[in-house]
Amino acid sequence: MSFDDWVLALHVLSAFSLVAGIVLFWVMVVAVRRIDTPADTLRLGPMAKVGNATVGAGMGGTILFGVWLAFSYGGYDIWDGWILAALVLWFVGAGLGQRTGKAYMEGPRKAQELEAAGQTGPNPELLAINRTQTGLLMHTLTSLVVLAIILDMIWKPGA
Amino acid sequence: MNVLAVLAAIRPDSWNFPLLVHVFGAMVLVGGLVTASSALAFAKGDRKLLRLGYWSLLAVAFPGWIVMRIGAQWIYTKERWDELPEGFDEPGWLGIGYLTADLGGLILLISLVAGGVGVYRMKQGKGAGLLKVTLVLSLVLLAAYLIAVWAMSGKPD
Repeated sequence: MSFDDWVLALHVLSAFSLVAGIVLFWVMVVAVRRIDTPADTLRLGPMAKVGNATVGAGMGGTILFGVWLAFSYGGYDIWDGWILAALVLWFVGAGLGQRTGKAYMEGPRKAQELEAAGQTGPNPELLAINRTQTGLLMHTLTSLVVLAIILDMIWKPGA
Repeated sequence: MNVLAVLAAIRPDSWNFPLLVHVFGAMVLVGGLVTASSALAFAKGDRKLLRLGYWSLLAVAFPGWIVMRIGAQWIYTKERWDELPEGFDEPGWLGIGYLTADLGGLILLISLVAGGVGVYRMKQGKGAGLLKVTLVLSLVLLAAYLIAVWAMSGKPD
């Protein structure tokens, strides 16, 4: 395996890490819609940390190794349309992902407030926050953007 | 230009969709395994998280495996690996892919059965041991599939 082959493998592994994190957050998005107690909300915290780590490693790895490959691989150039499209989509996805995280952090924040106030039972306001429509929309859009990047990487339009 | 770049450049468009099916299934499979492993690992006896871990394996990882395996066979046929002349061996990365897909599928089934019985026994306050088995098998599968992703993308041979 050449050095570029290793970088390509790491680029693809990063993409898997990114999608794994998105899948994990989808499971959490569905699970949290039925959660109305502070303890159950906070119990998902360690899982969210795994999701953040995999998405972070995935986003960092895909851009770093991807840009390296664009410069290093013969036949491809950083200014190729499909590579530029991927870069733009990556930044759009990063922005949407940040908004998703912001929306879903409201639940744990409210849960901590409720626990501090000694309210441990079911809470309709917490349930409503956990069912955030903004977060759901942002996560759907993030997923669609990542899917568009995968399509772009496979089809390589214009290459 | 190295061999991979040449192959990528000449890959016919008709191979793209089967490749997408294979890659998408594999990504969902890995995502399901990461989700199940983390839920089972952090559950510490919490029934809701144990159930979430098991259902991630059943409703996310398992369908992902099916889609990945269908895509694998589809792209295998499209690339005509099944028509190799006698005396020519398949490349090592393809063997790694097949081994992890098929043996991994069997291990996934075993972990699903163990987890299913474990979740059922939770009603009687039992089943923790079986769900630990499911967690260990999920982690083993995750490691194996990451090696497979490395092999299939880096194509060592």
